[in-house]
Amino acid sequence: MREVNIVGIGQTPVGEHWGHSLSDLAREAVGAAFLDAGISRVDALFVGNMLAGELSHQEHLGALISDQIGLRGIEAARAEASDASGGLALRQGYIAVASGAVETALVLGVEKFTDVVGNARLAALVAGLDAEYEGTHGATLTALAALLMRRYMHEYGVELEAFAGFSENAHANAASNPNAMFHNTLRPGAFAAAPAVAPPVSLFDAAPEGDGAAAVVLAAAGRAVESASPPLRIAASAVATDTLAVQDRPDPLFLAAANLSAGRAYEQAGIAPSDVDVFELHDSYTIMAVLALEACGFARRGEGTRPAVEGEIGLAGQLPIATFGGLKARGHAGGATGLYQVVELALQLRGEAGRNQVEDVRIGMAQNVGGLGGTAVTHILERA
Amino acid sequence: MTTPGNNGGHTTESGRLLKPSADVGIVGYGAYVPRYRLPASEISRVWTGGQGGAPITEKAVPGLDEDVATMSIEAARNALARAQIAPSQIRAVWVGSESHPYAVKPTSTIVGEAIGAAPHILAGDWEFACKAGSEAMQAAIGLVGSGMAAYALSIGMDTAQGRPGDALEYTAAAGGAAYLIGPAENSLAVFEGTYSYVTDTPDFWRRPHETYPSHGDRFTGEPAYFHHVTSAATALMEELGAEPGDFDYAVFHQPNVKFPTRAAKMLGFGKAQIETGLLVGVVGNVYAGSSLLGLTAVLDIAQPGSRVLMVSYGSGAGSDAMALRITDRVTERQGRAPTTQAYIARREVIDYATYARYRGKLQMR
Repeated sequence: MREVNIVGIGQTPVGEHWGHSLSDLAREAVGAAFLDAGISRVDALFVGNMLAGELSHQEHLGALISDQIGLRGIEAARAEASDASGGLALRQGYIAVASGAVETALVLGVEKFTDVVGNARLAALVAGLDAEYEGTHGATLTALAALLMRRYMHEYGVELEAFAGFSENAHANAASNPNAMFHNTLRPGAFAAAPAVAPPVSLFDAAPEGDGAAAVVLAAAGRAVESASPPLRIAASAVATDTLAVQDRPDPLFLAAANLSAGRAYEQAGIAPSDVDVFELHDSYTIMAVLALEACGFARRGEGTRPAVEGEIGLAGQLPIATFGGLKARGHAGGATGLYQVVELALQLRGEAGRNQVEDVRIGMAQNVGGLGGTAVTHILERA
Repeated sequence: MTTPGNNGGHTTESGRLLKPSADVGIVGYGAYVPRYRLPASEISRVWTGGQGGAPITEKAVPGLDEDVATMSIEAARNALARAQIAPSQIRAVWVGSESHPYAVKPTSTIVGEAIGAAPHILAGDWEFACKAGSEAMQAAIGLVGSGMAAYALSIGMDTAQGRPGDALEYTAAAGGAAYLIGPAENSLAVFEGTYSYVTDTPDFWRRPHETYPSHGDRFTGEPAYFHHVTSAATALMEELGAEPGDFDYAVFHQPNVKFPTRAAKMLGFGKAQIETGLLVGVVGNVYAGSSLLGLTAVLDIAQPGSRVLMVSYGSGAGSDAMALRITDRVTERQGRAPTTQAYIARREVIDYATYARYRGKLQMR
């Protein structure tokens, strides 16, 4: 396997883009990524998307989008693992280039949520759970996250307030991210007073769904491109899976897929968790951020809220997370989220993060999780 | 000078201002609000355990024997009482609503007959969600302004439907207003000009045989209500060379308190200009009657010389903007029929169970 670099990045704002289709969003993000990379052709396209079939009545995204971006004829495919689809697409692109099968690849994450509202959208989202053992019985992502959070609080004697720091940090960082869905900071006490969605999960625990697209251009290391920014090396790329149904896990408070994929990534990159300077994690719910920190070795079991409580997750902290707002405040763009995470890591590593810049970033890690942990994709980036 | 799209009327260079060749105005107006009130706290008690905020304080609910036909007749009689013309002088009776009692069979013939205007009339029902009433007013302005008719009656009236437990159940209310349009020389308010702004925007709809409407959540805001209301208001003011400060009163379609308040702010209108016509907090959203009822509240107290801007909004979507100048005749006519505030004050609070019975919501399925 040869080394693979990220040589271009692009993103649209996350939001309610009622006037833009899947193709519109894709074109905007890809155009930005090509401009950034200084190229306009790639050998292959990998699309991460979660619900185009359900919400836009559109499957077959490889052919659609390769045509829409002016690359008719190239190899193209879609990757799907619920909201880990973006990370999974990057993994596919990475394998394609690393294996030598292609020289360059474009990886796009795109999601269009807002054409469908209310229960119809909820029903589509639930399809990412185990239909037979969860969805059919009325379980939703939020309901299951609430069960996990309640169990966690009971098991470890953690109070609700311990989760507040995750959302406050996300909103604080999103405030200066022009591509974020929300730009409001949370007032002290706002978290505790937020309306319940499914107790103990409140409006400020759960990430909002937004439309968006993000893209990266991959090239085999050593391949010359005209990008003004330095290439970034993908030091690790790892996917792992767990039981789809939460009920089948011997220890539901342990995200085994997150743990496995992070472990494989650390091994590939030859680093330890303590070497990671920035971690873009999958904070679809505050409890998921807590469990990810524990699964990836940043906190001991039962102590996952401590980094937030002790102020370590801010831009100037020991382990900055959600540096552009995370899923909670940048917005959760479904199958595009995994690419947003990587685009944001790239900005941090390039030193192009503006007011969101973390000082002296050498190693960044992104972890994209499908649903409540059925799939976890971890990527580690460093300056090439 | 004539302009494209305008044959002989005195419109503007763009041809977009709607203005007939002869000046027309409002000869009489009448409000109607049924007496029953359902507090928003009753809805949240039943559906959310009292949690969460409510978009209004209470809404008007029609009684068991009331519908858009009976309510339109009440409002029309009030308009006739103010105008003091013979019903036989009316050449058109038009009722705009999204809750016509029949799918096929006009409400307007019932109203026309009941007020003594039939049989020598045009009659028809209008549908454009909450813009149906102002659309009927635009048509009446054209009919009278062209000289085809001396008087035309336009009504916006609704007994709006809100799905039990839906966000819209808090606001979907009953009420509306009737406007007798006639020659400027007999008017209590003269139309300076009107304008209409319409696009295909699917924010809210109800299919045939459906009991309750569907809506696109937050899509009903920015691209729907705010875009059309502000576009229509801005265009009309531009065509008239007017600014927000030129108007003493402004009335906007009011699906809740927040939307018209924010639209007014976006356009540059102050609280003092909108508070007289902002009734939704205590009446609810009366749909096709919404902005029309706000306007009756303004006409009830307006002084001669005042200028009024009214902007409707109908889902689907569009806005009618109308600028009015109040004449000396307003003073003698204001007291000839019950005022809008009198209807608002005439209230009897009911609980959710009574509301469910009155609105036919009790069904075992």
